[in-house]
Amino acid sequence: MARLVVLGGGVAGHTAATFAAKWLGSQHEVVVVTPNSKWNWIPSNIWVGVGQMTREDVTFELAPVYKKGGITYKQAKAVSIHPEGGENHEKSFVTIEYTGQNKAGETEEVEFDYLINATGPKLNFGATPGLGEGSQIGEHTVSVCTADHAVHASQELKKVFEKAKAGEKQKILIGTGHGMCTCQGAAFEYIFNIEHEARKAGVRDNIELKWISNEPFLGDFGMGGLHMKVGGYVVSSRLFAESLYAERDVEWIIGAHVNKVEAGKVHYELLDGSMGEEEFDFAMLIPPFAGVGLKAYDKDGNDITDTVFAPNGFMKVDADYTPKPYEEWKASDWPRTYQNPTYKNLFAAGIAFAPPHIISKPAKSPNGTVINPTPPRTGMPSGIIGKAVAHSVCDLITKGENAHLHEASMAEMGAACVASAGKGILDGQAAAMTVYPVVPDFDKYPGTGRDTDYTFGEIGLAGHWIKHILHHLFIYKAKLNPGWTMIPE
Amino acid sequence: MKVEELNFAKEKFNTTMIPGKTARFFRTCLIWQFIRFVVINIKMIIVVGKSH
Repeated sequence: MARLVVLGGGVAGHTAATFAAKWLGSQHEVVVVTPNSKWNWIPSNIWVGVGQMTREDVTFELAPVYKKGGITYKQAKAVSIHPEGGENHEKSFVTIEYTGQNKAGETEEVEFDYLINATGPKLNFGATPGLGEGSQIGEHTVSVCTADHAVHASQELKKVFEKAKAGEKQKILIGTGHGMCTCQGAAFEYIFNIEHEARKAGVRDNIELKWISNEPFLGDFGMGGLHMKVGGYVVSSRLFAESLYAERDVEWIIGAHVNKVEAGKVHYELLDGSMGEEEFDFAMLIPPFAGVGLKAYDKDGNDITDTVFAPNGFMKVDADYTPKPYEEWKASDWPRTYQNPTYKNLFAAGIAFAPPHIISKPAKSPNGTVINPTPPRTGMPSGIIGKAVAHSVCDLITKGENAHLHEASMAEMGAACVASAGKGILDGQAAAMTVYPVVPDFDKYPGTGRDTDYTFGEIGLAGHWIKHILHHLFIYKAKLNPGWTMIPE
Repeated sequence: MKVEELNFAKEKFNTTMIPGKTARFFRTCLIWQFIRFVVINIKMIIVVGKSH
């Protein structure tokens, strides 16, 4: 019997573990190590953050689902990986520390034949002073990164709406809390959902909305923007995004590195090197992501973290990490199998793998401050990578060490993305977009880097319906309800 | 003065495009959006199919 250990129970980890358990059957063991007791459909946290959904609507208990799937569940966080084994261990093992199951604080060494690292990100609030280091929920600002964060954000937003109702002018600032953030899409959804709710509540006139982001232009979304066919034209997402901001009367500050947050005020540096301040009554700033801080040790206990992980804490995989200028970046730099080049029984999926470089054009202020979005690796790509990696591991276990590894390069896969701009069955709106491929390939598609036949976007009620259906569909799938394997990632 | 054109008065918004009354109407027009729902789903299924 072989044992696969999956670190993390988010989109990538949950997908990998559930498919691996189904394909391997009871002859082999799949173990999930995740510090959380609940699964969270993160895209719908936006609606929790504006009071349109509850925490219970976007989460469910993991234990019964893993029991149903025949998966061993350990509510714990991974501390260190020992790919060569170690004292008392001939096989590879991972050290974990329990966070629940009545064993909080206890440590255990779990041996494995294969390991999939899908830990997701550490929300690095500490990167920006005042953003919320220690509280992990925002200090002077709020966050919608977890369901609990979103509940807190909703409570704070309610207070702002009450003040606005009483006639008090309120200023809301939404965006990214550091020059190297990703997930601009979540902040985009949040600001337009707030705008939608403010109009519904009749308080829009007393609320000033402002966007602050590290994107070099509106609509970059960490992917260098996209070009899509609209009305017979091929247009940049910049035009689309600016149009929506102008229509909804949302001003923007872009190319901004937020370097300090105080009560009611952020300080920032712009790409031109100038410094600025912006006051707010309510702010939601996405923190930058980092690896979760896993360590790695060899058989003798020597620290090999630098061999297994990149400096940002994400796991090295089969990408080309050779430093090179933007002009020389290639689609082929991106990983295909997500196997660690040093230890062939280690894989990474989702946010946990180290990308070879960013997707957007790199940028620095004259002061040397790096201000550019880092690449998104969430949602559909995360699920597809998780499934491909699970497939590879299952083949390695059942067919032997020389089995062909499955591939899922972000430079060859597309992504469907639905960004909510307001919730409502009859008056809601969302921007429905697809990009193909996620990472532009300028050799294959000179000009835009993507296939404009499969890259499109439009905003409307239909997008909202799709977003709402996807909410129920993916939670249904994650609960392993009948037919779950038929639902694509 | 058309309502949708008021925002052009802000310098930052002046060089972008702002949808007019008709474009905004179609965004929530049930019949049109049902058609778009079908079309977008087909497009997304194609992209999802090409990505797996």
